[in-house]
Amino acid sequence: MSVLVVVECDGGEVKKSSLEVASYGSQVAQMLGATATAVAVGEATEANLAQLGEQGITKVLYDAEPRLKDFVNGAYTKLIAAAAQKEDSKIIVLANSNIGASVGSRLSVRLQASLATNVVELPKTDGGNFVVKRGAFSGKAFADVKLEGERKIIAVKKNSIEALHEAGKTAQVESFSAQLTDADFADAPKQVVMQDQAGGILLPEADKVVSGGRGMKGPENWSLIEDLAKAIGAATACSKPVSDVDWRPHHEHVGQTGITVSPNLYIACGISGAIQHLAGVNSSKVIVVINKDPEAPFFKAADYGIVGDVFDVLPKLTQAVKELG
Amino acid sequence: MKFLVCISNVPDTTTKIAFTPDNKEFNKAGVQFVINPWDEYALTRAIELKEAQGGGTVTVLNVGEADTEPNIRKALAIGADDAIRVNAHPKDAFFVAQQIASVAKEGAYDVILMGKESIDYNGFQVHGMVGELLGIPTVAPAMKLDMSGNTATLEREIEGGKEIVEVNTPFVASCQQPMCEPRIPNMRGIMTARTKPLKVVEPTGDAPRTAVFEYALPPKKQGVKLIPAENAGELIKLLRNEAKVI
Ligand SMILES: Cc1cc2nc3c(=O)[nH]c(=O)nc-3n(C[C@H](O)[C@H](O)[C@H](O)COP(=O)(O)OP(=O)(O)OC[C@H]3O[C@@H](n4cnc5c(N)ncnc54)[C@H](O)[C@@H]3O)c2cc1C
Repeated sequence: MSVLVVVECDGGEVKKSSLEVASYGSQVAQMLGATATAVAVGEATEANLAQLGEQGITKVLYDAEPRLKDFVNGAYTKLIAAAAQKEDSKIIVLANSNIGASVGSRLSVRLQASLATNVVELPKTDGGNFVVKRGAFSGKAFADVKLEGERKIIAVKKNSIEALHEAGKTAQVESFSAQLTDADFADAPKQVVMQDQAGGILLPEADKVVSGGRGMKGPENWSLIEDLAKAIGAATACSKPVSDVDWRPHHEHVGQTGITVSPNLYIACGISGAIQHLAGVNSSKVIVVINKDPEAPFFKAADYGIVGDVFDVLPKLTQAVKELG
Repeated sequence: MKFLVCISNVPDTTTKIAFTPDNKEFNKAGVQFVINPWDEYALTRAIELKEAQGGGTVTVLNVGEADTEPNIRKALAIGADDAIRVNAHPKDAFFVAQQIASVAKEGAYDVILMGKESIDYNGFQVHGMVGELLGIPTVAPAMKLDMSGNTATLEREIEGGKEIVEVNTPFVASCQQPMCEPRIPNMRGIMTARTKPLKVVEPTGDAPRTAVFEYALPPKKQGVKLIPAENAGELIKLLRNEAKVI
C-alpha cells in the first residue's frame, strides 16, 4: 500500500501547491506506516521531480507523452487511476485546484472512493474513523468530514499545509505509461491562453497578495499596488467592481464570485470589505486593511489596519520595505 | 437541444453562520435560502442559448426536500420551462451526483449545466462525478459557453490562464462568471412560473460516502491592531517581526 500524491507541473517546475500536497501525502503515509509515491502531470523535468524527495516522496511516476503537457481531464483521470492501481493506493492526495477538483471528482467515481475537497489539515484517524477538516460556508466555517470506505481521495487547499524541505533527499523517477488512446484526449484544449501575471506570481498560488478596490479611484493608480506587491514578492488582486469596470482583468477579481485565495498575507487597499469580498479572502492567515473610513467593515476581519488615504500610505509602505532590505 | 440545469438551495450570502448546539447541523432558523449564486450563471446561460437556437427546453433540477420549492419556482420565473425535484435531503456530493446522473439519463439531456460549487459546502465535486457516472466529458470551471450544432466551445479556467475546449454533446459544464449576466425574474415570469410543471421524483442510488462529523466556526480574530497613518512604515516592521509574513 502506498499513498499516491498527484503532482502538477508547469513549464518544467513543480507547482508550489503540489509541494504542499506532496508534504501532506508523505505525512499521511508516515501516519499509516506506508510510503508516498507521486504521479506527475504537466510538463516536468526529471531533476525537478527527483527533488520531491525533499517533501518525503520516495518514487515519482512520470508519463512523458507530450499531449499530457496541458490539462486533459479524460487522460489525466485514466493516468492517475492506472498509477493508483499499480501502487495499490488506498489514499490519493491532490491539490484543491481546478485540475485537482476536476480529476479528483471523476476518480472518486471510477475508483469508488470517498472524496473530500478544500481540506485544511492532516487527517485524524482515532476510533477507527478517518476524519479530515475542510473549509465550508465560503470560509465562514469548518466541517470535520468522515470519509467512508476503503479508498479515499483528499484535495488539499492551497497554503494550508507547510511544505517540508528535507535537504538532499531525492525521489526515484520512473517512467510510466497508462496506454492512453486518442479517445482519452477528447477534451484536450484547442488553445491555451496564459495571462500576464504581475511579477510572474500566479494569484491562486501566491502566498502574499496586495489587492485594490474602488478606493484606488482608477487604473492609472495601480502602480502603487504593483510597487508594493513587487517589493514584497506578492501577486496583485482586486475587488469585483474594479474588474467589472475593466480597471483590472477579471482573473484578478477575488471573492465569492471570483477567485478564492488563502495566502499568508492579504493586504486590502481601498476595499470596503463587503461580505462577498470577504468570502474569497477570509481564510488568509494575516489580513491588513488600509482604508480611510474607520467604519469600513473590513477592519473587523483584519489583523492589522491603517486608517488613512491609500495614496499617502502605499508609497510609505513600499519605501519601508525597501529600507528593510 | 435539451438543457438540464442543476440548482442548489443555499443560505443567502450575507447569512451569519451558526450550528445546532451539538454542532452536527447548520442552524436554519431565520435563514433565507437562495438559488446558489454560481448556479444562476448556468441557468441564465442555458436560457440564453435556448433562445438563440429558437427552440429546445431548459429543465431545472434540484435535489432537496419540499422547502426548496420557492427557489425552484424562482428558476422557472427566470425562464426555465419545467422542473424536477428529487425528494431527498442532499446528503453529500456523491449522493447528489447520482440523482443528477439518473435524471439526466432518463431524460436524455444534451447539455448538463451547474454552478462551479455551492456556497455552503464548497465541494466543487458534483460536475466531475456526474460526468464520470454518465461517461461523458466535464468542463470545469467554465467561463464561457457557446454552441454550434452539437459542438460546444468553452473557456475553461486554469491557474494563470484559460483553455479553449471543444466538446460534443452530451457533456457537463460547471459555470462561473463572466459567462453571462444572471437574470432576475420579471412580473410575467413570476405569473407564468406558477403554472409550469414541477415533477417530484424519489431518490435512487447508493449510500453517501462522506458524513459531516462536526461543524466549527473559525477562531475569533484578536481584533485589529491599528497603526497610525503617519507611521505607516511601522506596519512593515510588525509584519516582519511579529506576524513573520514578509
Ligand atoms: C451576488 C454578489 C456577488 C458578489 N461577488 C463579489 C466578489 O466576488 N468580490 C467582490 O469584491 N465583491 C463582490 N460583490 C460586490 C460586493 O458586495 C461589494 O460591492 C464590493 O466588494 C465592493 O468593492 P470595493 O470595496 O472595492 O468598493 P466600495 O464598496 O466602493 O468601497 C471602496 C472603499 O474604499 C475606501 N476608500 C475610498 N477612497 C479611499 C482612499 N483614498 N484611501 C483609502 N480608502 C479609500 C472607502 O472608504 C470604501 O471602504 C458581490 C455582490 C453580489 C451581490
